[in-house]
Amino acid sequence: MQIIVCLKQVPDTTEVKINPETNTLMREGVQSVINPFDMYALEEGLRIKESLGQGEVTVLSMGPPQVEDSLREALSLGADRAVLLSDRAFAGADSLATAYTLSRGVAKLGEFGLIICGKQAIDGDTAQVGPSLAEQLDIPHATYVRKVQSVDEEKMVVERMTEDGYEVIELAMPTLITVLKDINQPRLPSLKGKLRAKKAQIEIWGKEDLDVEEERLGLAGSPTQVVKIFTPQRARDCRVLEGTAEEMAKVLAQELKKII
Amino acid sequence: MGGIKVDLGLCTGCSLCAKQCPFGAIEIVEKKAVITDDCTMCGACVDACHFNAITREVAQKEAAPDSSGVWVYAEQIEGQIASVVYELLGEGRKLADSKGELLGAVLFGSEMEEAARDLIAFGADRVYLLDDPQFFNYHDELYAMALSELIGKEHPEILLLGATTIGRSLGPRVSARVGTGLTADCTGLAIDPENGMLLQTRPAFGGNIMATIVCPSHRPQMATVRPKVFQSAARDPNRTGEIIKVDSPQVTLRSKLIERVREQAENVNLQEAEVIVAGGRGLVDEKNFKLLEELAQALGGVVGATRAAVDSGWISYPHQIGQTGKTVSPKLYIACGISGAIQHLAGMQSAETIIAINKNPDAPIFQVAHCGIVGDVFEIIPALLAELKQ
Repeated sequence: MQIIVCLKQVPDTTEVKINPETNTLMREGVQSVINPFDMYALEEGLRIKESLGQGEVTVLSMGPPQVEDSLREALSLGADRAVLLSDRAFAGADSLATAYTLSRGVAKLGEFGLIICGKQAIDGDTAQVGPSLAEQLDIPHATYVRKVQSVDEEKMVVERMTEDGYEVIELAMPTLITVLKDINQPRLPSLKGKLRAKKAQIEIWGKEDLDVEEERLGLAGSPTQVVKIFTPQRARDCRVLEGTAEEMAKVLAQELKKII
Repeated sequence: MGGIKVDLGLCTGCSLCAKQCPFGAIEIVEKKAVITDDCTMCGACVDACHFNAITREVAQKEAAPDSSGVWVYAEQIEGQIASVVYELLGEGRKLADSKGELLGAVLFGSEMEEAARDLIAFGADRVYLLDDPQFFNYHDELYAMALSELIGKEHPEILLLGATTIGRSLGPRVSARVGTGLTADCTGLAIDPENGMLLQTRPAFGGNIMATIVCPSHRPQMATVRPKVFQSAARDPNRTGEIIKVDSPQVTLRSKLIERVREQAENVNLQEAEVIVAGGRGLVDEKNFKLLEELAQALGGVVGATRAAVDSGWISYPHQIGQTGKTVSPKLYIACGISGAIQHLAGMQSAETIIAINKNPDAPIFQVAHCGIVGDVFEIIPALLAELKQ
């Protein structure tokens, strides 16, 4: 079975801090990493391939040329093939245009059984590209998958997390799932994998390589537009208590009794 | 194609834009700003520039098609309307009134007549009701088809969904089918007084920045809205409205629900709690969460935690509050040993009263707290428990 894992390179947002004086982002030393959720998607793809005993895992990404580094990392972990959709015309895409571009990449890859995406990317946090991609490819999908119960060439059964538990869903192939961190524990790259990844060829496809409608790409193909970016204001007069622990506790206890 | 353009004549190379860029996509080369391939065209630099040297050119878009009405997707699970729906009706009512349009609610389910009438009591002028046993449980393909067909027939201008596991799966599927924009996980909504467009504000970049997003020329303008951000609508049993019956779509399904399983034990009712006592890295050890439990119990509340505490294995994920956990807005939030990383603040800053206990007087948590204690949680909490017992 052909398995496609969608992967996004993101700035490591957990390392980003706000400069309290200027209220702006401090980006120094913030690395670009593979979106953490996508590492679980890749691991699940590799495990499914191994359990079926055949097939190929292709990692597919869209982004600027430096995403090659992340794709090489995915190859070192065991992906068989890496394709990067990269073109100035793809830039500024919202989730709809991104999913469209990815769907055209998938179409060029040919027949497939399963697409796996991470739950969401940690920079945009939209969680929209997966389901949108499924719709644009006209295949079923399941989001928030925490476990694959079974999978074969015809169908798969997954557990999808909900607010109060989970659902067991059966999907006919080809299909798409987005996965949670609970699903597995990603492996580390092997030395052999690293050496192979170093030499591997990463295919880069631009808009000329894809069968696309140009008006559906990038900023021009995005129905949504960002009109304003700002850092949240948080100025509140905090009443700071003083004294010994016992004195402060006394004042606080009185305050609490007023509230509840 | 549009893009960010720098007027080299006006650019002074001051690097204000480079500092503001959330994506590190501006370099200063020979005292001029250069936009690199990392640019996502978000426009943060346009506002940052003091010299009007940066402009964002957006390809000319055609006018939006004719549409009218603000719609709320009335999510139900096993016949029970999700609580976020009442929040959406409250906010949707305001948006509809400021546009002078009707508020519609879309309800798919089985034997939901009574629930439909209740949505009118909570502010809907119209309820689009699809009542069919096949719709008892949520199903991605089935619901997406039904909602897309209804949109195609009725042309609403705005459609709001809860940012729940259902809303965040259904929304993108429908928006792709209809070919319109969708903004995820909004925490602010307003109508632009100049052009009547929906201004959708959401945290981005891990909650470090806020972005306001519009959908100028596609309809409906779709948004998922984070639960517990907006106030619920008030119920008025005397309100009147219209229930419009919707037909089931013809669709070949390729997926099926085998079973729904409830896991009550793991379900911590953080979002309904009026009092939350939360712990972070400052608690140092798993066993110290016992202390928080005691305090929570004394106050009739529940225990929450930061991602750091959950990642350390001190407490389970259902307790996590913040960007990647739950959003809460209790009456009282006591933050113990929590420094206040922006991702955590994103999930709790709308609490009515925030009390922070932390050793470090410079901890960002004190910027959002109403009352702060600079001190050791292991001294303060036992003393507080003793006081409360008196």
